[in-house]
Amino acid sequence: MKGGVTMRARSDFFRRLSAVRRVRAGLRGWGGVGAMAVVCVLAVAFVLLLPLTQSRGEAGADLGGQRTAQGVQAKAAKCDESTVQDQSPPPADADGTTINAIKERGYLNVGVDQNSYRWGYLNPNSSGELEGFDIDLVHAIAKNIFGSSYSPSKVRLLAIPTDQRIPAVQKKRVDMVVRTMTITCTRLDDVAFSAPYFVTGQQVLAPKVSTIKGYNDTLAHKRVCSAATSTANTRLHADKGHKIPASVDILKAVPNQLDCLVELQLGQADAVVTDGALAASQAAQDPTVELKGTPFTTEYYGVAMNKDATDLVQRVNRILETYRTSTGPEGWHASYTKWLLPTLGKDSPSANPPTPHYK
Amino acid sequence: MTEPQQSSAAPPGTAVPTMPALPPQSGRSGAPAPRRTPAATPARRTALAEGVDQLRAAATTEPGRLRAIGALLALLVVAFGAVAAWQTDSRATAADDVLHHSQPLSSDAAAIYRSLADADTMAASGYLAGLQEPPATREQYELDIKTAASKLVTAAANTDPGSSSAGIITDLNQLLPQYKGLVESARANNRQGFPVGGAYLRAANDTMQNQMLPKAQKLYKNENARLNDDYGNATPYPWFAIALGLLALGGLAWAQRRNYQRTNRVLNSGLVAASATTAVVLLWMVVGHTIARAGLNDSFDHGVKSLNVLHDAQIASLKARSDENLILVSRGAETKTLANKEVVDAYDWGYDQEIAALGRGLKLADSLADDSAGRKPVAVANSSMQVWKSRHDTVSDANNAGDYQKARSGVIGDNKSTGECFTSVDESLNLALTHETEEFRQSAGDGLDAMTGLTAGAAVLALLGAAGAVLGIGRRLSEYR
Repeated sequence: MKGGVTMRARSDFFRRLSAVRRVRAGLRGWGGVGAMAVVCVLAVAFVLLLPLTQSRGEAGADLGGQRTAQGVQAKAAKCDESTVQDQSPPPADADGTTINAIKERGYLNVGVDQNSYRWGYLNPNSSGELEGFDIDLVHAIAKNIFGSSYSPSKVRLLAIPTDQRIPAVQKKRVDMVVRTMTITCTRLDDVAFSAPYFVTGQQVLAPKVSTIKGYNDTLAHKRVCSAATSTANTRLHADKGHKIPASVDILKAVPNQLDCLVELQLGQADAVVTDGALAASQAAQDPTVELKGTPFTTEYYGVAMNKDATDLVQRVNRILETYRTSTGPEGWHASYTKWLLPTLGKDSPSANPPTPHYK
Repeated sequence: MTEPQQSSAAPPGTAVPTMPALPPQSGRSGAPAPRRTPAATPARRTALAEGVDQLRAAATTEPGRLRAIGALLALLVVAFGAVAAWQTDSRATAADDVLHHSQPLSSDAAAIYRSLADADTMAASGYLAGLQEPPATREQYELDIKTAASKLVTAAANTDPGSSSAGIITDLNQLLPQYKGLVESARANNRQGFPVGGAYLRAANDTMQNQMLPKAQKLYKNENARLNDDYGNATPYPWFAIALGLLALGGLAWAQRRNYQRTNRVLNSGLVAASATTAVVLLWMVVGHTIARAGLNDSFDHGVKSLNVLHDAQIASLKARSDENLILVSRGAETKTLANKEVVDAYDWGYDQEIAALGRGLKLADSLADDSAGRKPVAVANSSMQVWKSRHDTVSDANNAGDYQKARSGVIGDNKSTGECFTSVDESLNLALTHETEEFRQSAGDGLDAMTGLTAGAAVLALLGAAGAVLGIGRRLSEYR
């Protein structure tokens, strides 16, 4: 029991530190083997003392604490952003408590986006139902869970704001979130992800006539729009003066990535940085803009579920196995062709489903 | 008539007019002549010094004193009349401004404020309805924009260049086409099924709520300040005129008492007439002003105050309605982090704020309404608001359960939607506003009427009074001939 409490305290502590660590990533280079050893010793000592020095540990800003985190992180190899998409449990068919609860309830609660064209959006001119790539996947999942008793009404699609995706899953307001959600280490601490169902990366969107050619020097002196708290915004600020010229004018972050398209159309911005999938969704709404260059990061979308819902995660992974390979009208490729092919094309890195690896 | 004029001209003390007047007079009176000769003996003196001496000499004789008294009384009465006319005129002008200038301008500013808020509400409702946008919504939107634009022109014509209001009007004139452009882009994109239309609508809403409406509100407040100034100029008692009137009456009474003591005659008709006219002017002024004041204060308490509260309530209901629409348009695209770190939908939060403001406004409006005709529409608005709130909860439940169609028809549908409640609230508030405007006009009009003719009346009567005083004294004076 005591061990359990210590472990939880430790993991909390490391989560906080890992955030600080990313900012100070530059420090990583100077540590030699000797330094590393010292760090490890320090780490062990620190961890043992943790329950006693809880308040001091929480302040967490001292250099010792940072090195500690790095040392232990390396030892535990718990999460690496480059393999974070491979942390999902293997597929399984069994009905567990979560799936039984869903069946008993009679419908599946899913958090989706309703403003992402071609992904999840409400077409005011058709049935008034939501449609898009994510929505297709939701229905494929529901079909499998409910089997023959499936009907579209077995799915309740809730509009979830971007920053409410994790709380909604944690508080079980929804069974899952299928909403262009990137699998990251930070998020993995709070929710469980399915195996990846889509690969994308941050990309530049600009008018076709623009001199901007990608995430590079052609952005010099250009006004660039990004959404608040997005990966794009973080990267822009981190890369300014390195990967992209210091003269790049990073505009005030907007509440929603679509607001960037508004700024672009009104001539208040020269380019938009967002992930390729959403950039494609923007390009689909305006024939005068296009994706520029290739994605400069690699990100995977996954279905987010509650950490306790292992049965559901495994079932979704099973569903994804079939969904990915299916060549029928209800498979991954059909959905891609219908929603994304026109803007992403068939040569995009996103044009094929990612190969899953399980934990 | 020549004599009284001469005597009334004497006291100003300027040597030139008195010079020709005095010698024949003193010659006629006989008695003071021997006393006057030594005064005249110094050979070389200035005209002014001689005049002063002559005056001093005249003051020692009864006719001289009478002339001085007559002149003083006439001057007092005329001064009273002049000050009374001037002070009542400035108050009557201010009262007239309240009724015909500043209140209509304040109403116009309120109309700009209201039209802009209404246009935003209509744009959001129309967007939510999409292709099924009712023509009435579109027409109302266009009408709102037109009203705002034309009232801005009126407001500009009545504003001093360089004033804060002029700046606001310029800004609003620049923002209005910008806003309209965003709304049209939203519509065009929505018609093609592009969700970026929703982003345009949010941008339009942001322009309206965070830039235009605060400016329109400032303009409204400026016009209200002007209205309050006019009230401030129209309602104080004309104390200076009253004091002069009392002084004139006192002077006349003293002169008559003196007359009685010297001659044992009770009545001097000229002085009595002068007293009567002065008293009439004084009474007329005090009573008329008291009535006018009462009317104006009433128009402020029951008109202007109520109008302000009702306008604010109406704006709150419009904002609540546009937020309610935008909850369903934005679908979680914009969130707000509260002080307690809780994250909520920005428009859901906005709705809660505005509907609470509406509730407070209606409560205040009810307490300010002074008759059942004023209270009734407020009560109707209040009950409609209660229904609105309960229907909104149903809509929220449907929305939270992912039943978008039900939520949408709960907001803009034809049957038992919150839209019906909003319309009822809006119409009731319009009724209440019409009623209170009528009350205002009635009271302020009554107040203004009480001052009718007072300025001219005071002037004419005071002249008559002065003439009476001079004639009365002249009659006494003639006894010395």
